[in-house]
Amino acid sequence: MGITRRTVLTGGTAAAAVGLSPWLPPTSVARSCVSGPASIALRVNGTQRNLMIDMRVTLLDALREHLDLTGSKKGCDQGQCGACTVHVDGQRVLSCLTLAVAVQGKHIQTIEGLAGTNGSLHPMQQAFIDQDAFQCGYCTPGQIMSAVACVKEGHARTDADIQEYMSGNLCRCAAYPKIVAAVKQAREKMEQS
Amino acid sequence: MRSFAFDQPQDFAQAIRLGSGTGQGQTDATTQFLAGGTTLVDLMKLDVLRPERIIDLSPLQHSYDALNIGASGLRIGALAKMSSVADHPAVKAEYPAIAQSLQLAASAQLRNMATLGGNILQKTRCSYFRDPSWSSCNKRVPGSGCAAIKGVNRNHAVLGVDDSCIAQYPGDFAVALVALDAQLELNGPQGPRRISMESLHTPVNGQPHIETTLRSGEIITDFLVPAGPWNRRSLYLKVRDRASYEFAISSAAVALDMDGETVRQARIALGGMAYRPWRSREAEEVLSGKVLTEAAAESAASAALRTARTHGDNDYKPELARRTLVRALMQVKSHSMTAGI
Repeated sequence: MGITRRTVLTGGTAAAAVGLSPWLPPTSVARSCVSGPASIALRVNGTQRNLMIDMRVTLLDALREHLDLTGSKKGCDQGQCGACTVHVDGQRVLSCLTLAVAVQGKHIQTIEGLAGTNGSLHPMQQAFIDQDAFQCGYCTPGQIMSAVACVKEGHARTDADIQEYMSGNLCRCAAYPKIVAAVKQAREKMEQS
Repeated sequence: MRSFAFDQPQDFAQAIRLGSGTGQGQTDATTQFLAGGTTLVDLMKLDVLRPERIIDLSPLQHSYDALNIGASGLRIGALAKMSSVADHPAVKAEYPAIAQSLQLAASAQLRNMATLGGNILQKTRCSYFRDPSWSSCNKRVPGSGCAAIKGVNRNHAVLGVDDSCIAQYPGDFAVALVALDAQLELNGPQGPRRISMESLHTPVNGQPHIETTLRSGEIITDFLVPAGPWNRRSLYLKVRDRASYEFAISSAAVALDMDGETVRQARIALGGMAYRPWRSREAEEVLSGKVLTEAAAESAASAALRTARTHGDNDYKPELARRTLVRALMQVKSHSMTAGI
């Protein structure tokens, strides 16, 4: 097996974590952890994942660097571009401004968990392909996760609504008109099912 | 990001006990409460905030996110998310300025994350504050000076500033709250108390690193907006550089108590313009007892900006604020006459 940058990073973190204090289980007293790595559990796309990470690790970095789920993208890493959008308990949020340690016990869904178990694409994924709603594609996972939530929230009724409620996802290729078309296409499919 | 200790209190008493190091409204407090994280995590990544201990309030969210509208007014738990209040049908109908100020702020994702309590405590977007490679920032490093006064200050404040700081308060919701005479309920080591929203943010007074009147360990638990006929006749108008997902360069929250076309009392606050959420009693006094015409609105707007101090790039702001306020007043008047409210 070839050594990639990712395996080096993952292995390095795991090695550094050996012998450090575990996350205390929930009790009637406050759950606490001093600085440094701790054992935490995340529920991602329906699967419980245990990992040993530093308190400072964001949900985005936990997904990308520790769980090999690189579909969620790091754009600005400052909560300004939306490329890192995932769902936490069904709500679209920015994983770059979310501390992984703070979302234990919550249901996290990423772009990797959107397609059916048989590999069939989610109507929103299919609509982005049908409408050619991307160019470089870097913002697309965030756009799709945001768009799925946008439809479920009932904020995709009109073009103006879609533009307003999708404004947290920047596309520097400016595929915006086709993104609006894709959201409309998927909305109809999603409402039928 | 620097390392920190992390606590998840399981009840309110624990949160308060753990929060005794949050300082008295200081930017540099070594203990910080974490709610939605949209300000705190951002500023920790930028190395602007350097807490040694974080107390995560999210386990308490569902105990402090209720919303009730009753005879005495609107009550909202401070851990309610911005999105849930922005979308609430009764808030939209009865307290439009509140719903609009939240709906026009940030993005859908950020509104799902950010709490109301955290929202009003958000920090300035001043680029000299947000970038520690600038050595001069009295808000970040007390006594170090202000790089913005002679720097790039296009969206810096023109009201309530002094020679120590011209940072702008960036929020929208707080502007609507000060206009509508909102109260805050707090709880802390010394027990519960109630303060006016207007008294939360401290005037600059040469001490920009002290931002609020919150005491050490105190948590905002509820917002109260008193009932009154002016709430239905309220509006939050936001002007910004792009149509969505942007901070205000000017905004106005107005609410009118009317007797026909005559103003019984106007409630007016300005955003995107001042060091803190800015209630303008000067403008309100001009309108009191007057028929609301465009000329009267212009006089009120002039009064609101009389003490404005600009610093070059932001010379355009007082005129923009005047026009924003005139438009807001005429819009709410016309809307209330059309809707018959």
